[in-house]
Amino acid sequence: MKLLEYQGKELFKSYGIPVPKGEVIEKKDDLKKISNPFPWVLKAQVLVGGRGKAGGIKIAESVEEAGRIFDEMVVKGVKGEKVRKILVEEKIGIDKEYYLSFFIDRSSRQYLMMFCSEGGVEIESIAEKVKKMYVNPLVGLQNYHLRKIPQEVRGIAKNLFRLFIEKDCELTEINPLIISNGRAIAGDAKIIVDNNAIYRHEELPNEFVELSSLEKEAREKNIAFVQLDGNIGVIANGAGLTMATLDALNEFNGKGGVFLDLGGTDDVEKVKQAFELMAKANQKVILINLFGGITKCDTVAKGIVEFMKERNISQPVVARIKGINEEEAKKMLKDYVITANSLEEAAKKAVEVI
Amino acid sequence: MAIWVDEKVRLLVQGITGHQGKFHTKAMREFGTKIVAGVTPGKGGTSVEGVQVYDSVEDAMVMRPNASIIFVPAPYACDAVIEALDNGIKLVVVITENIPFHDAIKFVNYAKYKGATLIGPNCPGIVSPGKTKIGIFPNHIFKEGNVGVASRSGTLTYEIVNELSMAGIGQSTCVGLGGDPVTGTNFIDALDAFERDEETEAIVLVGEIGGTAEEEAAEFIEKKISKPVYAYIAGRTAPEGKRMGHAGAIISAGKGTASSKIEAFKKAGVKVARFPSEIAGMIKNDKKIW
Repeated sequence: MKLLEYQGKELFKSYGIPVPKGEVIEKKDDLKKISNPFPWVLKAQVLVGGRGKAGGIKIAESVEEAGRIFDEMVVKGVKGEKVRKILVEEKIGIDKEYYLSFFIDRSSRQYLMMFCSEGGVEIESIAEKVKKMYVNPLVGLQNYHLRKIPQEVRGIAKNLFRLFIEKDCELTEINPLIISNGRAIAGDAKIIVDNNAIYRHEELPNEFVELSSLEKEAREKNIAFVQLDGNIGVIANGAGLTMATLDALNEFNGKGGVFLDLGGTDDVEKVKQAFELMAKANQKVILINLFGGITKCDTVAKGIVEFMKERNISQPVVARIKGINEEEAKKMLKDYVITANSLEEAAKKAVEVI
Repeated sequence: MAIWVDEKVRLLVQGITGHQGKFHTKAMREFGTKIVAGVTPGKGGTSVEGVQVYDSVEDAMVMRPNASIIFVPAPYACDAVIEALDNGIKLVVVITENIPFHDAIKFVNYAKYKGATLIGPNCPGIVSPGKTKIGIFPNHIFKEGNVGVASRSGTLTYEIVNELSMAGIGQSTCVGLGGDPVTGTNFIDALDAFERDEETEAIVLVGEIGGTAEEEAAEFIEKKISKPVYAYIAGRTAPEGKRMGHAGAIISAGKGTASSKIEAFKKAGVKVARFPSEIAGMIKNDKKIW
């Protein structure tokens, strides 16, 4: 779950990490209530990177100017992302800008602290200047790690690490970490909370700004669902198999529009829920690829048939079903779907039927 | 031979009284796995499929288990893994999915500190056909033989293994590494073990987008592996920034793409299949020249 900047900064405040004075607003009228002296910095609350260059950060010298900027941001959005909230902050004088982050490093299976004395730019562009410090999860951040970064940001690093651990973050990043008149202030806040750990953080906003409304619905039903930009909806069991099916479509010049991993279920209701989501996603064809090792194919087939009888969907359905009770499943499905015997054949048929 | 697990396994099932625990205790027994005890706190004294259930791992140690499989639900899984490790178990297979990353990274490092092998989390387990199965793989897809399989995915592996067996190509060991960003065992660990294993003649790797495990494996293959390696990578059409079902299957900041992995493998002399079904054919063709 990605947090918006203002949500991250609220967390920073509660961890003793200084942030600029600011208020988040949703309506233009709220600009009048802001008491900060001018100039103001208006920051569109979006998750997309490179926000500054895309017009998502602007400076206003008056309420009128702020109003014009507000309208523009809301109408235009930032890089295709809608702007629902705007953070209005005091302008901070910048003496220096640093980069500081903690994240889970997959290859070393350690935490990694990254620090750079040149912040405020995209981290990829300064990659070779970044200091990397591995932190063993069994013992945590040590003073010797902190001694490798400038004195004035050590306290912040310590607090940021505490937040990283206590809030189950995949990533906590401050870029830029501003030095202003000898004081360190977090200019931005990027926080990703581990989805698997949200159950133990009722205090955090449960918003999932990064998900579409269908993806949110799927999440509530515990179905792995990703909207893509093609027109063939793929249902398979297992993440790898679902991806492999989408890739196979591409080999025949088709394009997947939905990734839906049914998981190891042979619950008829769950199968119907999956089809319900797929129907809402407006795909031209639905392609099912099932390998029933333990999942029983006939139970899944039962769910499909029940759904198609109840809902009378207009799209053709192509099914490739293999595994336990596959013959029964095929018999049940033959009047409702186009069948195929291999992944390649199924992908080919799905593309052709459009 | 085979890697990590063989007929000497005496298995403990943690979380044995849950739906999955019960179902797979039965399935593993049918496969031939020797299950010596189960643990569910508060359920000591009962039994599942004729297996005695204990309240704690410490109590279950009277049955001298040397490996454990974890079906414990995500919020309690970390505790269960550490309990097994603290009682001296040297092989722990974690099936549970959706374990918080900070829990996983903790027990993965703790296993290393204890000198134990940890497979998973979020994995289908490990099978040495004809010997033992610690996991949830379907029983009927395997065949004894000389190909080692290591994979980050579940059903996709079943599919590939099934095709191998149908083509008459048996397996020495099949290991599911898990779909999470941090796992106890990775491709390099599996490659290293397969290279040393006399029974294994060829290696199949099933990778997917996210992270750099395949790129690191490719580098390792170039330097250390003499046996032929075949690979399939899922997620060639996956977009950036989206988690594709597995917590670990995400392309971030341009890193972890399928094309980078395929390129690295090809450079290291690994044959990469376009469809999962191609692997069996590739091996069959090459088998004459080994």
